Amino acid sequence: MKKVALAVTLFIGALLLYAAKDFSVWGHLQSPASASPVSKHFIADTGVDTEVPNMVTAVLADYRGFDTMFETVVIFIAGIAIIAILRRTGADADSPAIQRESDVVAEPDLIVTNTVRLLIPVIQLFAFYVLAHGHVSPGGGFQGGVIMGASFILVALAWDLPKALDRLSVDRAIMLAGVGILIYAGIGLFSMLLGGEFLDYAELSHVLPVSREMARYHAMLGVEIGVAFTVTTVMFAIYANLSTRGRLEGGL
Amino acid sequence: MFGEEGLLNELLVERFNYCVYVVLLLIGLYAMIAKNNLIKKLIGMSIFQTAIILFYVSIGVKEGATIPIYLAEHDPHGHHAEHIVHLDEANTIDVSEENATPLRLSHEQDHGHHAPRSLTDEETLGYANPLPHVLMLTAIVVGVATLGVALALTQRIYRAYGTIEEDAVLAAIQAEDAATVIPDVLATKPKAKKG
Amino acid sequence: MSENSIALIFAFPLFGAVFCALFGRKSPNLCHPISVASLAGALGAGIETLRRVIASEANEVSYFFGGWNADAYPRGVGIEFRADYLGTLIMLVVVGVAFLVAWYSKLPVAEETPEKEGYFYSLFLLQVTGLAGISLTGDAFNLYVLIEVAALTGYGLIAMGSARAAAATFKYVILGTIGASFYLLGVGYLYMKTGTLNMVGIEQFITDNESLADSAAMQVAFVFVCLGVLMKMAFFPFHAWLPSAYFHAPTTTSCLLAPLVTKVMIYVMIRMLLTVFGVEFSFKNTHDDEGNIWTEVLPWLVVLAILCAATMALAQRDVKKMLTYLIVAEVGYMVGGVWVYNYYGLIGSIFHIISDACMTLCLFLGVGIILRKRKTTHFDGLRGLFRKMPFTMTGFFIGGFSIIGLPPTCGFFSKWYLITGGMLAERWEYIVALMFSTMVMVVLFFRLIERIHLAVTESGENIGHGHGDLALPKSETFFDEAPLSMLIPLLLSAGVVLVIGVFNQDVVNLLQDFLEPFNLPKGTGR
Repeated sequence: MKKVALAVTLFIGALLLYAAKDFSVWGHLQSPASASPVSKHFIADTGVDTEVPNMVTAVLADYRGFDTMFETVVIFIAGIAIIAILRRTGADADSPAIQRESDVVAEPDLIVTNTVRLLIPVIQLFAFYVLAHGHVSPGGGFQGGVIMGASFILVALAWDLPKALDRLSVDRAIMLAGVGILIYAGIGLFSMLLGGEFLDYAELSHVLPVSREMARYHAMLGVEIGVAFTVTTVMFAIYANLSTRGRLEGGL
Repeated sequence: MFGEEGLLNELLVERFNYCVYVVLLLIGLYAMIAKNNLIKKLIGMSIFQTAIILFYVSIGVKEGATIPIYLAEHDPHGHHAEHIVHLDEANTIDVSEENATPLRLSHEQDHGHHAPRSLTDEETLGYANPLPHVLMLTAIVVGVATLGVALALTQRIYRAYGTIEEDAVLAAIQAEDAATVIPDVLATKPKAKKG
Repeated sequence: MSENSIALIFAFPLFGAVFCALFGRKSPNLCHPISVASLAGALGAGIETLRRVIASEANEVSYFFGGWNADAYPRGVGIEFRADYLGTLIMLVVVGVAFLVAWYSKLPVAEETPEKEGYFYSLFLLQVTGLAGISLTGDAFNLYVLIEVAALTGYGLIAMGSARAAAATFKYVILGTIGASFYLLGVGYLYMKTGTLNMVGIEQFITDNESLADSAAMQVAFVFVCLGVLMKMAFFPFHAWLPSAYFHAPTTTSCLLAPLVTKVMIYVMIRMLLTVFGVEFSFKNTHDDEGNIWTEVLPWLVVLAILCAATMALAQRDVKKMLTYLIVAEVGYMVGGVWVYNYYGLIGSIFHIISDACMTLCLFLGVGIILRKRKTTHFDGLRGLFRKMPFTMTGFFIGGFSIIGLPPTCGFFSKWYLITGGMLAERWEYIVALMFSTMVMVVLFFRLIERIHLAVTESGENIGHGHGDLALPKSETFFDEAPLSMLIPLLLSAGVVLVIGVFNQDVVNLLQDFLEPFNLPKGTGR
């Protein structure tokens, strides 16, 4: 088996290296990928089309917004699938859970909890900053959402999981994740109802007191908020389920 | 293939990134196929996906280019904000409430008719290609989701079979199969079945 | 709304899925109606799309998400969805099958995955969203995202069953990830050489730059895209995950995945070969008109695939397991139909995607009912089923006859085109494999008929006192039909198998309109 695997791997490697000699030189300015009309349009006209200085954000949330919607859906799916796989129901729930050595009752540490108390507001504020500033600097919904999710995970680490679940239960997390997708797809659907295509944010200028370009700008913030909702909650839900094998009790 | 001095040079010097990504990819692929431990397989999967990310990001590189965020002189807002502040400093119209950058936006909305200009071909050379970065953001997210689901599966398997070694799991499954008795619907004795 | 019909195909199940997740915990009874309603909406939007495609001049309709249409902006800036006959038909099959399965699923879901209905239906609807998206997308990277949407929901749906299902799913995750990543890698190479991700754009670029056909990167891109897709569709050497995953999955899951996932991936292969790489690049050498190495090697692999899968199906003693091996064999049929490189072979291949989806659905719906009644799908548990459930078994056998290829079911006509294609391309080995597998299926289904009508055991021992049905004890012959919510979808799917069979010429006409511009050889391609 190992030898077969090695042979397969080496064959794939040989194929890839064979192709590598055909690649354009690293960083070449006129390589097809860099000089294509599509890439040029993104660089030259993002400002004109959407007024967003960060091209990556504009491409992510607007030009290829449909991709990103499904990316959010992928996160949502991961959250649901993990719960669906791990949650015990019926006869399964009665089977004794595997006892772990780490299942000891311990008081949360004073120093750790107090430090975390101080840290969490900063982390959450930073998450909002990364989320809202994604138009002008690296950042956006996914990044902000992950940082926000980390703050909940930190609570679970410093105290124990029930303490974190008091603040955000898994059911509510999945609900909020759904709300995030509703925000994203809802903006898309709303712009469709206003007469454009699905996700054509420019049509929102009919209801917002701004130009078509600025409507795209603001709608991008809207969808990023939706993304952040989903990512925050699902990250926490994944942590809560994976760290306790779906039992949702006890600490780490 | 590697005998030629020129080719080797071509591969290692000019396309070093592409070689590194191939090596990473192979490490990951080998671990996914050959390793017996499920977690090790997943580690391989992560390396494998990371290699592809490295490959895509390498496509987006342009010599001497900066990150794909407009510099101040090309910024659709930065430039105009400066300009507008000179024109009507007293103009403090509060229009939008949900915006992230209030100062710039309120000016912007006041003068919604302006048009940021399109960059010339020369200027576009100064920015890296944004598309591969976007694609990889998507691929990273997909990778995280797959990894999460796969870890949940591993836990489920561990819960049922008490092991995460693939051959041990297989052995347990075979033992289970051998022990399975087909429900006795064959009994010659009449039996009422109502499902 | 009509011009947005393509977006509505996704909007319905997407919103439905979110609502299922939102309300599923509190009121699980809502999930089933939400799913059926949203899929009915999607089906309506799908039919409207087909109407628009037929009405349009170019026989295709483009939809640009975000309003980045190709007139005002360079093509490929935004994400384009292109509905041509091929994609639209596949999409209709996906949504239609999903609709019937959703209707059917009320009892099995509540019984097999209690307390998880919300999650189940949410994943179910997202799976449909992903598969329908794959069939319409015109963007190579968006295709990857949607493949992953379909794959991840598939992992969740399968692993919701027993621990065995989870173990099988793990294999699927590993193989599926390798497959999807290979596809992604191939797309990366394509992007590197062509600078766009839009399928039309890539094809345009390849036709415009003839030198590209010789480039190593393009060849490797082709290899990786094909390899990735072949892995995802469980083509023979990569099929290991499929039988055990589908066998241990919950009933509804196998009813949804078995007819759709492999077929949609075959569609992806056809899409990539015909409209992305182009016929010239895919099937021909660059220098002469001889076929390239793929057209030489793949039909032989197909033969191997069909023979092995059919033999393994023959060895099974369990209906559901047997059907999963038949799926692997059917994948071989369709891949073969593509790679014999012939006009009629390709028509057969596409038509077979449609008809195979319908008949596999029919069979799996039937098996689901058997499983529910008898708690087993082992051959020994089938005794006397016809007396108990005559309608169910009739529906089941219509599916069975279609998979054998008896007229007037649709399976006959698609197989007819496959064989015609193979003959015209002078691929005798492929025809022999098809014939062999047909024989195997005849044996399999008549074995089933024997078990279901008569009272014989696995060892052939006659356990009754008379002949045929009379041999059954009285208590086993009373009428005990499946509940209507399961029976009606089964009978409808059997009806669809017959209707597509009777109106096969209409489907083929649409496919001919689609395939005519590609100038495929109508005789031998070699």
